[in-house]
Amino acid sequence: MSKDVAVLGAGMHPWGKWGQSFVTYGVKAAQDALRDAGLQWRDIQFVAGGDTIRNGYPGFVAGATFAQALGWSGAKVSSSYGACATGAQAISVARAHILAGLCDVALVIGADSAPKGFFAPTGGSRPDDPDWLRFHIQGITNPTYFGLYARRRMDAHGATQQDFATVKVKNAKHGLHNPNARYRKEVDLEQVLSSALVADPLHLLDICATSDGAAALVLSSMDFARKHSTNPVKIAAVSTVTPVYPNTIIEMPNLATDSKAGVGLPELGFKESIAHGAYEEAGLGPEDMSLAEVYDLSTALELDWYEQIGLCPPGDAEKLLRDGETTIGGRIPVNASGGLASFGEAVPAQAIAQVCELTWQLRGQAKGRQVEGAKAGVTVNQGLFGHGSSVICRV
Amino acid sequence: MPDKINVPAIDGLFTMDPGKPCLLGTKCRACGTYFFPAEKTFCRNPDCDQADLEEVQLSRTGKLWSYTSANYKPPVPFVAKDPFEPFAIAAVELEAEGITILGQVADGIGVDALRAGMPMELVLRELYDDDEHVYFTWNWKPSNDAAGGA
Repeated sequence: MSKDVAVLGAGMHPWGKWGQSFVTYGVKAAQDALRDAGLQWRDIQFVAGGDTIRNGYPGFVAGATFAQALGWSGAKVSSSYGACATGAQAISVARAHILAGLCDVALVIGADSAPKGFFAPTGGSRPDDPDWLRFHIQGITNPTYFGLYARRRMDAHGATQQDFATVKVKNAKHGLHNPNARYRKEVDLEQVLSSALVADPLHLLDICATSDGAAALVLSSMDFARKHSTNPVKIAAVSTVTPVYPNTIIEMPNLATDSKAGVGLPELGFKESIAHGAYEEAGLGPEDMSLAEVYDLSTALELDWYEQIGLCPPGDAEKLLRDGETTIGGRIPVNASGGLASFGEAVPAQAIAQVCELTWQLRGQAKGRQVEGAKAGVTVNQGLFGHGSSVICRV
Repeated sequence: MPDKINVPAIDGLFTMDPGKPCLLGTKCRACGTYFFPAEKTFCRNPDCDQADLEEVQLSRTGKLWSYTSANYKPPVPFVAKDPFEPFAIAAVELEAEGITILGQVADGIGVDALRAGMPMELVLRELYDDDEHVYFTWNWKPSNDAAGGA
């Protein structure tokens, strides 16, 4: 049985700091996706919401919140959370319903209103919560982990702060013409390197901001799609894998890794396993991809992803970058959308936005940033507490 | 006025031995896996269905895996000094336990003094205080072996 589902529509609310409710952004993205699909809200049989934990109860039940805002229609609903991988969770639930024949057409929505500055844990005194504990007892923020990985790349592979800055320069250039990007301004190496040091060796412009934004997709069965579209983009795989014990790379929000004293290491590390799961399901490999959207929470993390999704062997990411292969026009453009560098992170919307970008690229509609002749693409992302997120789309 | 009493900021994570403090973890007697913070109710090895967990003191020394800094004040629930002083953070691998543990680097030691692979040891440091107590946490510090030469 084919595991394809069709992407009939994609829509976004531009990223920024707009001072409005996440519901406002989500509804706008949903309406754009419906219009793109040529469908009405009442056509939707299933709503999959990506939760936001920073906007009170309506955020915890995002599927129902969006369904109510669009007008109760009796559609079935789900609400999912997986931190930064929330969007992939919502896509996965909608896709599973379609593939199981439980619905023909589904709407996936993720939206956030984000606070300024560092993300912080929820309040109270909760020493059993690793996210609370790491802030309280050691003052460890998210950029701490980005800094540790970046320094490791420098020690292990000879990366330089200039390489990291080059990622930002590339992504800023890619995002220039993306109407949904928050930052649409060219940045040069000097600006990155002279911005404030936040988590050595990373500067302010190496680290993504937090943003408001929303993204939505209309997904359907291939049978339903044939009646509404001639040649839709398809989702060929969704990977939501967890790590295999022991995960020996320190991960947000933990203070310690798993122990390798009693159990041998798994064949693949967690980050390597995420896209691997998607490639296996799609029956495709990295060599079949025309482009990739990867989670550049920091510039250095983008380089890690090149290797972890198989674009090059370990240690070769800097060369791939320096050779311009991941720039639009190169062999395998990465973050043609502009990435988190141009968007900032709107947590539950981000993995959905990655699929919106692949959809527009594979349709040839990515004006000003089009990867010519794109046939297939991969997204990758990771949510704290062990959430893998990778989607493969193809024409 | 009586002296303030020294206590850990969170109970059960480390000993308060001022000379040779240790992190407190657990070890599964059945499969040999370690946990920090202590896992007391189940073994997280997927192939081990025992819950035979004993409390253990973890190695006080390890090897620096990577390091970074916090140049901006972390948000609450961190209790920052006023004015805020940037600090370094280390990820240290404990060989016997096969585990990597994060911690701030001891006062006054910045990233310039650190390099991957160098030996590190556990020390205690004051985190904050109130009228009656001084609250402590653990820090990593380049060990004396390291100070002796490269």
